[in-house]
Amino acid sequence: MVDDTDITLSDETPSFFAPRRKQFLLGRRAVVASVVSTTLIIGGLVAAFYLAPGGAIVRHDFFNPHDMWESLVGNHHKSLNSVGLGLLINIRVFLIAEVFILTFGLTLAWTRMTKSPVLMPFRILAVIYSDIFRGIPVLLVFLLIGYGVPGLQLGFISNQSPEVYSCVALILTYSAYVAEVFRAGIFSVPHGQILAARSLGLTNATTMRRVILPQAVRTVVPPLLNDFISLQKDTALLSVLGVIEAVQAGTIFQDAKFNSSGLVVASILFLVMTIPLTRVTDGLIARDRNRRLASS
Amino acid sequence: MSEVILEIDAVVKRFGDNEVLRGISLNLHRHEVVCLIGASGSGKSTLLRCVNLLETIDGGTITLFGQSLTDVRIDPDKVRRHTGMVFQSFNLFPHLSVLENVLVGPVRALKRKRSDVIDEALQLLERIGLRNRADEYPDRLSGGQQQRVAIVRSLAMRPALLLLDEVTSALDPSLVGEVLDLLRDLAHTGTTMLIATHEMNFARDVAQKVAYLDGGILVEQGTPEEIFSNPQHESTRLFLERVR
Repeated sequence: MVDDTDITLSDETPSFFAPRRKQFLLGRRAVVASVVSTTLIIGGLVAAFYLAPGGAIVRHDFFNPHDMWESLVGNHHKSLNSVGLGLLINIRVFLIAEVFILTFGLTLAWTRMTKSPVLMPFRILAVIYSDIFRGIPVLLVFLLIGYGVPGLQLGFISNQSPEVYSCVALILTYSAYVAEVFRAGIFSVPHGQILAARSLGLTNATTMRRVILPQAVRTVVPPLLNDFISLQKDTALLSVLGVIEAVQAGTIFQDAKFNSSGLVVASILFLVMTIPLTRVTDGLIARDRNRRLASS
Repeated sequence: MSEVILEIDAVVKRFGDNEVLRGISLNLHRHEVVCLIGASGSGKSTLLRCVNLLETIDGGTITLFGQSLTDVRIDPDKVRRHTGMVFQSFNLFPHLSVLENVLVGPVRALKRKRSDVIDEALQLLERIGLRNRADEYPDRLSGGQQQRVAIVRSLAMRPALLLLDEVTSALDPSLVGEVLDLLRDLAHTGTTMLIATHEMNFARDVAQKVAYLDGGILVEQGTPEEIFSNPQHESTRLFLERVR
């Protein structure tokens, strides 16, 4: 069908050369350019740190090798807590909370997605729950649980250590996020998979277990690990309930010696803890992306 | 002719305001092959899904082996175990090997013992010439091979009838033949099938009955001879001219 429009294909011979301005940064010059810009930026940042008016004082207050070592190992005689030992508490809380978060998060996700009429009230509760705990700042959850629950005087429940309340606060908050990650993963499985499974006569539960979850796991792992990286960091909030973990130990050191090197040590320790998980997560994301690119 | 196993009577299906099926009636006998033809959107796929209870109907009745599927006491999972369904987009399970795909129905839905089913599954794969690919994953197979595995996955349930939803429409033209050959083979061995298809030559060869759907209405049905050589309705005639 030929239409009577004015639009026709071009008869011109096009030129494909980049403009001069862009040509400058092509080929070997691109490598030189990236080296120069990196040196300038990094060098500038280091110079600013060294040349700042208060640079010498900050270096002494935050990066003093002697104080950094003392805060890391602690000093029994001066009743200075060890930041290093404090971190063990962060790690312990992280590991324990993680297990509960995975279990509770999956339960929440499942509750929200189930269609059973009997579970209707739980479905509503699950929605309200995830709205509340994704909406309240973690710090507030810590304070409310840490001071509120002991105040209830509920015997056993009100007599736990601050570390336990911290764990509970983290579990409550992070389960809401993790449940959403699980839900997103489950929704990412193509609908045709569900149709195929159901048309074979598999029940809803079997379909979930044998068809949907195994496929959802792959999409879920990277965002889940991301949540766990922030969980590792948020264990620093234990300090607000008075638990002497890494950050609190650093603060005690700061108060006693008017020197903040302990906080830098705590930061470094947190980095040592999180960076492996960060690298693994990025690696998984890259692998998943490559696989997807290869198959399409 | 043998007994009627599926009776579709005045079935109505709506998606919101959109009436997709407007009172469709159709019977299927045991060992019979019925082909549904018609343009995309005419309601062929929806009708198949309603029979498999993947959709609920808004009017009329579907009766399978004398039991009305709209009865609240019906367990959809049990219905689906006896009505195999094959989809346009294969929908093999990508995380399971070819063999596991075939086993999953009998083992997980029928609760048969794996060791009892495995020979049958391998025989079915043998029948489609893919026994040597049993341990591979679906994404290693061509579209035609995947679709044949999907058909065999349904057959492993030993269904009373097979519902096929445009099973060759997503395939490269060069791969359509092998799938149609398998369906011909199934038809010759007496498999009861309700087939939505755009392959007119195939429908003419294989079907005992052809039904033409247009806009959710079953315009006419009859033997392939009647429909293809002497259509009674203007819209059937026009449709056949367009696809020819």
